[in-house]
Amino acid sequence: MIAAGIDIGSRSIELVLLDGDRILDVRRQDTTFDPLRQCQRLLEGVSWDTLAATGYGRKLFSERWGGDTLTEIRAHAAGARFLHPEARTVLDIGGQDTKAVAMNEAGRVVKFEMNDRCAAGTGKFLEFMATGLQIPLAEFGTYALSGARGVEISSMCTVFAETEATSLMARGVPGPDIARALHMSIVTRSASMLRRVGVVPPVVFTGGVARNPCVVALMGQILDCPLVVPENPDHVGALGAALHALS
Amino acid sequence: MSQDYRSMWAELGLDLAAHDQLLAVLGQAYADIYQAQADRPEAMSYFDFVMSEVHGLRIRELLDARKAGRKVVGAWCVFVPEEIVLAADGICVGLCAGADVAMDEVEKLLPRNTCALIKSSLGFKLGKLCPYLESVDMVVGENTCDGKKKMYETFAELTENLHVMDVPQMKSADGRRLMLNEYRRFLTAVEELTGVEITAERLRQGIRTANAKRRAMHRLYSLRAADPAPISGLDALLINQISFYDDPERFTASVDAVCDELKARNEAGRGAVPAGAKRILVSGCPMAVPNWKLPWIVEGAGAVIVGEESCVGERGLRNLVAEDGGTVDQLLEALVDRYFQVDCAIFTPNPDRLAHIRQMAADYRADGVIHYGLNFCQPYQMEAIPVAAALEQDGLPTLRVDTDYSQEDVEQLKTRVEAFLEIL
Ligand code: SF4
Ligand code: SF4
Repeated sequence: MIAAGIDIGSRSIELVLLDGDRILDVRRQDTTFDPLRQCQRLLEGVSWDTLAATGYGRKLFSERWGGDTLTEIRAHAAGARFLHPEARTVLDIGGQDTKAVAMNEAGRVVKFEMNDRCAAGTGKFLEFMATGLQIPLAEFGTYALSGARGVEISSMCTVFAETEATSLMARGVPGPDIARALHMSIVTRSASMLRRVGVVPPVVFTGGVARNPCVVALMGQILDCPLVVPENPDHVGALGAALHALS
Repeated sequence: MSQDYRSMWAELGLDLAAHDQLLAVLGQAYADIYQAQADRPEAMSYFDFVMSEVHGLRIRELLDARKAGRKVVGAWCVFVPEEIVLAADGICVGLCAGADVAMDEVEKLLPRNTCALIKSSLGFKLGKLCPYLESVDMVVGENTCDGKKKMYETFAELTENLHVMDVPQMKSADGRRLMLNEYRRFLTAVEELTGVEITAERLRQGIRTANAKRRAMHRLYSLRAADPAPISGLDALLINQISFYDDPERFTASVDAVCDELKARNEAGRGAVPAGAKRILVSGCPMAVPNWKLPWIVEGAGAVIVGEESCVGERGLRNLVAEDGGTVDQLLEALVDRYFQVDCAIFTPNPDRLAHIRQMAADYRADGVIHYGLNFCQPYQMEAIPVAAALEQDGLPTLRVDTDYSQEDVEQLKTRVEAFLEIL
């Protein structure tokens, strides 16, 4: 039986096709202003027996294609657990959301936290700052890793943080140091969210921001425990949805 | 609504253009949230009608009553004893406080970080949008939380007829004495306003009327214990909200009609939601009309709300006043006996509230509790932390939601609420 899981987020849409416990295919599209058309594209030439949707667009999707819906929280937990059966905690940092999820030994979600309406501390924040420092987003983490500690960005707000970064630049602080401080600011925020649900290792880090090596490294330091990053961290939600469709 | 009302609103000095807009938004929200529900009790049609006429017919009634010499008293808080107003043949009405209106004006007078309810209370005055506020002979402000206390100072500048009532903060002997003195002072103020001398007989009658309303509501609450729940939390909230506006006797009869229908539903095992729907107890800040945001999200996600530990709900309406006192003094004592039990978070310490939440969760067989806090409400947001911890310790999953009247966090709230329901 082939299960399709789709995760319609604010920035991108992911699709995972699952045959039993074998991942057949993973696909991705930008969300754009017309998510349903993007879903259509993603599903072209794909066949499935059962499907489920997660992410902000889940309701919209299921109205059109049917199937069950589940929240990103449950989807990321299920996906992380499938990839790492021992996982007890999930940190997911996506385009506009950060979530911390605690699971019990059996893998049931027992507690979660998510950011409120503001995009501070999410992928969007890093994207904005990378643009500000004129570094391609994909290289931003590596760039920041070469920075030295000692600089601090105190504002969590995307707009004020940028102002702070600009004035640091004007004072001649090296770019990588500023970049490191910006990364640190989102790490601190996410770590405190994680602590609110309780950090029980192994901690699986999912979502697009998990591809950023600087966030991964700093987070590991701050939590004093290494993070497990799946091969395709941004597909974990879609994977969880596919697993849900199967069950 | 008819032209007839427009001239009435104009005479009340409402800002007609803004008021039209408000009614349009309200009507649309009501259609989307209320009329879209499936399988509502038929007797809810009365409350639909009241809602559709909330700024129309009910206001006309108030104005007619005033013409006939009766006085109207408006209040925002359940510490204001309606019985005393009823005893003087007056009418007590709740004042609008459930929507963001005239915020630009409000923020000139109040800091931004003030709870939505307080801002709204002032906004309806500044925006000239609440026909109740413009139809009352006396407005009662109560010194409950700091935000309200200070807002009344601002409000006093805008109106002639504000009566400020002090409210104790501790359930001590001194606190009780303060409440008694303040109720006596309020009684005198109402006598002066109405020219009616409040006798024991009159006060007892007022108490009976208010008690009858409460009894009908208690019956409604207990009928919701059935699984499947016979009525949605949205409809139950609406009835709670209308309890502040409607004529008490007509209201009581209408609630009884709903209850009769719910009883029949329960006997037939028929619910407003499918059996097995997750049952949620909501606890926290009051939800004034038209604040339906949280229940709409919760029930939209397939759960059902089975109780409101709220002033627009059971905290505000539980407990009766003893009716047997022979003198005004004895009856005033009886009033204080009841009102002193209201476990609002402005009291410190406030252990009774947690006990009541536990009791309600057990009585209505709740699967989980959602604590509803308005942003910047210190009393409830602060209490939420130990309350949630205690409930979690009992094994009762609890979600803390902090929000306001805006719609911008709806998507996030939906995700949080749905994820919470997935846990249950
Ligand atoms: S919550 Fe407290 S202040 Fe607010 S209406 Fe209730 S009793 Fe009054
Ligand atoms: S919700 Fe809280 S802050 Fe607002 S009026 Fe009520 S007690 Fe005061």
